[in-house]
Amino acid sequence: MHELAITESVLEIAIRHAQAQKAGHITDLYLVLGQWSSVVDDSVQFYWDIISDGTIAKGATLHFRRVPVVLGCQDCGKEYQPTNEEFACPDCGGTHAKVKTGEEFRLEAIDVEE
Amino acid sequence: MPKRIPVVEKILSANDRLALDNQSKLDAAGVFAINVMASPGAGKTSLIEQTIKGLEGRLRIGMINGDIATSFDADRAQAAGATAIQVNTGGDCHLDAVMVQWALSQLDLGTLDLVIVENVGNLVCPADFKLGTHKSVLVASIPEGDDKPYKYPGMYRGVNAVIINKIDLLPYVPFRMDFFKKGIEVLNPGVTQFELSCLTGEGLPKWLEWLEGQVKGFNKNRRN
Repeated sequence: MHELAITESVLEIAIRHAQAQKAGHITDLYLVLGQWSSVVDDSVQFYWDIISDGTIAKGATLHFRRVPVVLGCQDCGKEYQPTNEEFACPDCGGTHAKVKTGEEFRLEAIDVEE
Repeated sequence: MPKRIPVVEKILSANDRLALDNQSKLDAAGVFAINVMASPGAGKTSLIEQTIKGLEGRLRIGMINGDIATSFDADRAQAAGATAIQVNTGGDCHLDAVMVQWALSQLDLGTLDLVIVENVGNLVCPADFKLGTHKSVLVASIPEGDDKPYKYPGMYRGVNAVIINKIDLLPYVPFRMDFFKKGIEVLNPGVTQFELSCLTGEGLPKWLEWLEGQVKGFNKNRRN
């Protein structure tokens, strides 16, 4: 249910950037969400249709780019995607990993019209 | 012609900014704050009760409790000896920086050393919303099962300490401690861990000692 707060934040950021460019209408938004960011696309879309109504972003299309989790093993250097029940390195079994990608949570760009 | 505007802004940057304001307010008052997160029933309130009682006479504690409804938990903290503020989120699954800003304004920070924020019971949403507290603590518990780090990685990633509560149930519940800890180790290498039981009191002194040390360290850094 935290998608409402997230969607409100997306709208606020998009409108602020559009207005700074004196744009009259937002047509597209490009969101980047890591696999571990625990945000449900459908919920964001659901709230978006409601809260963007009556704003310069009404009817804008949301584009979601999902980024998979990639861990970097600090012991042997291998980069790997963890499975559901195994986070350790598949090559050396090491448990010292750095999260390379998968925690992204940002609005990358918007398309606007006059 | 549509025009592309690069934004590259973190989605919750407004909340993050407000969280920083909250932290500045706490810093100015010399009050250390922790954000206690867990699933419903893991024992957040029991831990906070035991913490308030255990540190009685050593630290002056205020408590902010977030729940969707009721003030049961704030009442329990108050009964244990803390000043407690209840925030009813009205359906929201997490506390955010705005709610904590309000709650801080209700506390007389000048009379406190430590503020314990009890977040809404939930292993997903609270991880994304910074509050302005200095440290985050996750309370896990034996009956929840040993797979929780794997199912809720976001929550385990962002905390400074993990408490494993209800260890008195270990003889009765299947729980692979090594599997659980391996998950934590990858997600949050070297994170401080405490195994304890709020029911029997086993393991509590180490937690209390750590928390008191955190508060003292914070005050020492402030004076320097």
